[in-house]
Amino acid sequence: MLAKRIIPCLDVKNGRVVKGVNFLGLHDVSSPVDLARRYSDHGADELVFYDITASAEGRQLFTDVLRKVAAEIFIPLTVGGGINTLDDFDRVLKCGADKVSVNSGALRDPSLISAAARKYGDQCVVLSADVKRQDGGWRVYAKGGREDTGRDAIEWIRSCVEQGAGEVVLNSIDADGVKTGFDLEMLEAVCSVVQVPVIASGGAGSMNDFIELFRSIPRVDAGLAASIFHFDEVAIPDLKLCLHQAGIPVRL
Amino acid sequence: MIAIIDYGVGNLFSLRSSFHFIGAEACVSSDPDVLRKADRLILPGVGAFADAAAKLRESGLAEVVREEAGSGKPLMGICLGMQMLFERSLEYGEHMGLGLLPGSIVSMEPVIPANFKVPHIGWNQLYFPADKPKHALFSQAKEGDHVYFVHTYYAADCDSVVIANTDYGAPLTAAVAKENVMGCQFHPEKSGPVGLNILRAFCRIGGAI
Repeated sequence: MLAKRIIPCLDVKNGRVVKGVNFLGLHDVSSPVDLARRYSDHGADELVFYDITASAEGRQLFTDVLRKVAAEIFIPLTVGGGINTLDDFDRVLKCGADKVSVNSGALRDPSLISAAARKYGDQCVVLSADVKRQDGGWRVYAKGGREDTGRDAIEWIRSCVEQGAGEVVLNSIDADGVKTGFDLEMLEAVCSVVQVPVIASGGAGSMNDFIELFRSIPRVDAGLAASIFHFDEVAIPDLKLCLHQAGIPVRL
Repeated sequence: MIAIIDYGVGNLFSLRSSFHFIGAEACVSSDPDVLRKADRLILPGVGAFADAAAKLRESGLAEVVREEAGSGKPLMGICLGMQMLFERSLEYGEHMGLGLLPGSIVSMEPVIPANFKVPHIGWNQLYFPADKPKHALFSQAKEGDHVYFVHTYYAADCDSVVIANTDYGAPLTAAVAKENVMGCQFHPEKSGPVGLNILRAFCRIGGAI
């Protein structure tokens, strides 16, 4: 049976892992290579690296980190942050990324997804969407959750999947860093319109939040989190065992 | 020396890294002489069957792979590389493969339940056919171990060469072998410790290197 995936997310700035609360207030956590190794040893099913640097030096540090991680960690690696062109895809794929996640880059140029899917295959293109509840619906935000695009999130995600996005990471801006559980209503709304794997992100505060996620929405494929893993509030082996005991298929 | 065949398809960084990590000497090459001198060959592949098969043919490497496989050299195809070992694929038309293994590559959509997502992406479990001894590739693997899959098409009509299946609402071919020719539909280089053990086992098949 296909296992539900547990995915730690590492935000990398100037070669170090950081994590904000509500996308603000960054705290230094650890060396990305050490953290990635630890997560892989603990049974993480995949790792997501977001490059949140803007400078050229930072970008170089990021690809160095990625190359080091890919040389010793043999689980799928997804990379996002600053992906605006096919050259950006090329740059991170050459350093060992398996999938590339696009967010603001696709909002600026929606043809990026179809071009990348044609060149690298749908399985390589991940749409990452920052979604916020607004006026009884869901809006997609740009620039790390700071800018309202005015677009309906459900329509946006549906169109990106049509263009060739092979997976969708749904980041709930409302739930991010609040640790009161995933945004089940938003996830349900998206899962009902897309056929590709959906990765829930934002809001995980406890092991129970993951159980609730997979029980409430069987079509969700994976749960992603950062701070609860980085700060050892939830250990991945414990989480996997807890999910297994709850009857949810996981890789132990 | 293991040669990873480079015919212009996909990213071979992780594959080469995974062999280095387990202490095996591996190179990425499109040079027929290097492939002929290697002790073992890996045929990788991602993307569409027709494009990859055309590139392999046009590079002249299809013939080299066939000859080397015919000489008894251990060869392992991975993902689309495994699919190309077969006679033909029905992915967008009908395309010829290398014909080293009997069977066809077909879409999983007609055989899996309608509510299952396609492609089949993620960690799924290995099951070994009850009527055969466990293959040497899986000497360190257990029934039910998880490995990482990303595919829409799978190898069908190939019961005689199946050495592992997975269950995605229907049994799908996970690995195949016929003498020195082997293949994994999943990515051993992305399947954690289980995958690395499969690569280690491949390195031992046909003698130590």
